[in-house]
Amino acid sequence: MSAHDDHADHGDANHGGHGSLRDYVIGFALSVVLTAIPFWLVMARPLADGPTAAIILAFAAVQMVVHVIYFLHMSGRHEGGWTMMAMIFTVIIVVIMLTGSLWVMYHLNHNMMPMPHDMSQMP
Amino acid sequence: MASTVTYDPDQPVSFYDLDEHEHPEGHSTMLGFWIYLMSDCLIFAILFACYAVLGGNYAAGPGPKDLFDLPLVALNTAMLLFSSITYGFAMLAVQRGAKGQVLGWLFVTLLFGLAFLSIELYEFAHLIHEGATPQRSAFLSAFFTLVGTHGLHVTFGSIWLVTLMVQVSSRGLIEANKRRLMCLSLFWHFLDVIWIGVFTFVYLLGMLR
Repeated sequence: MSAHDDHADHGDANHGGHGSLRDYVIGFALSVVLTAIPFWLVMARPLADGPTAAIILAFAAVQMVVHVIYFLHMSGRHEGGWTMMAMIFTVIIVVIMLTGSLWVMYHLNHNMMPMPHDMSQMP
Repeated sequence: MASTVTYDPDQPVSFYDLDEHEHPEGHSTMLGFWIYLMSDCLIFAILFACYAVLGGNYAAGPGPKDLFDLPLVALNTAMLLFSSITYGFAMLAVQRGAKGQVLGWLFVTLLFGLAFLSIELYEFAHLIHEGATPQRSAFLSAFFTLVGTHGLHVTFGSIWLVTLMVQVSSRGLIEANKRRLMCLSLFWHFLDVIWIGVFTFVYLLGMLR
C-alpha cells in the first residue's frame, strides 16, 4: 500500500461517521413514534400501571438503540471497532451499577429497623 | 523487523518503537471524544441510580404527580428531538461543503436548544416558586441534580455551538472545523439519548408511581 492510500484510509476512518439524509429521516420518524406512544399511554391511561410501565421502558430502550444507530451512526466498522467496544464496556458497567445499586438499596430499606420517629418532624 | 529478538551487544537496547509511522492530525480525536462521552454516560448512570434509590423519599413533601406537567415535558422532548434532526441536516450540509447551509442549520439547532433550556428553566422556576426546592426532599434533590446536570450539558453544548458557528463563518469548512462539528454532533445526539432516559424514568414513570 502506498503512503497516499494509507492516508486516504485514515481519512475514511475519521469521517466514516456521517449518515445519509435517509438515516436521519428514518431515525427522526422512529423517534417521534417511539416518544409519542409512551406520552400518550401515560397521559390518556388506556392501560393499567404495570403494562404501561413495561411498554414505556421497552420503548425507551428501543428509542435509545434507534438514536445510537441513526443519529450517532454507531457500527462495528468505525475506528476499527473500538468505539463499539467502548460502548459495550460502558453499557455493561452501567447495567451492573444500576441493578447493583437498586438491589442493595432495596434490601437495605427492606431490612432496616423501623424508625421510632417520623422523618417529616426531623429538623 | 524479525519476529525473534536477538541480543546484539554492539546495539543500544531500545524499548520504544522509534520509527513510528506518521499519523495525520486529529486521527484519534473521534475515538478519544467517544471515550469521553462514555465517561459522561457513567456520570449520568450514577445520577440515574441516585434518583432511582432516592426518588420515592418525599419527606412528606410533594411527589411527581403533584409537580410534573406532562404536556410541558412533551414540548421539551419535541424541542430536543427537532434540534437533533436539524443538527443532522447541518452535518449533511458539511458533507456537501455548503457553508451557508451549515451555518443556517446550526442556527436553527441553537434556537431549538435555547427553547429547550428556556422551557426547563421555566419548569424549575415554577417548581421552586411552589416550594419544591432541591432542599425540600431527597426526591427533589435527586431530581434537580439529574435534570439540572443534563440542562447544564445542553447549556455548554449551546455555547460550543455558538463558538463553532463563529469558527465556521471566519475559517470556513476546513478539516479541523469538520472534526469539531463531528464531535459536537456526537455530543448533541448523546444528550438526546440521555433525555430519553430522563423523560422515561423521571417524568413518565414518576406519574405512574
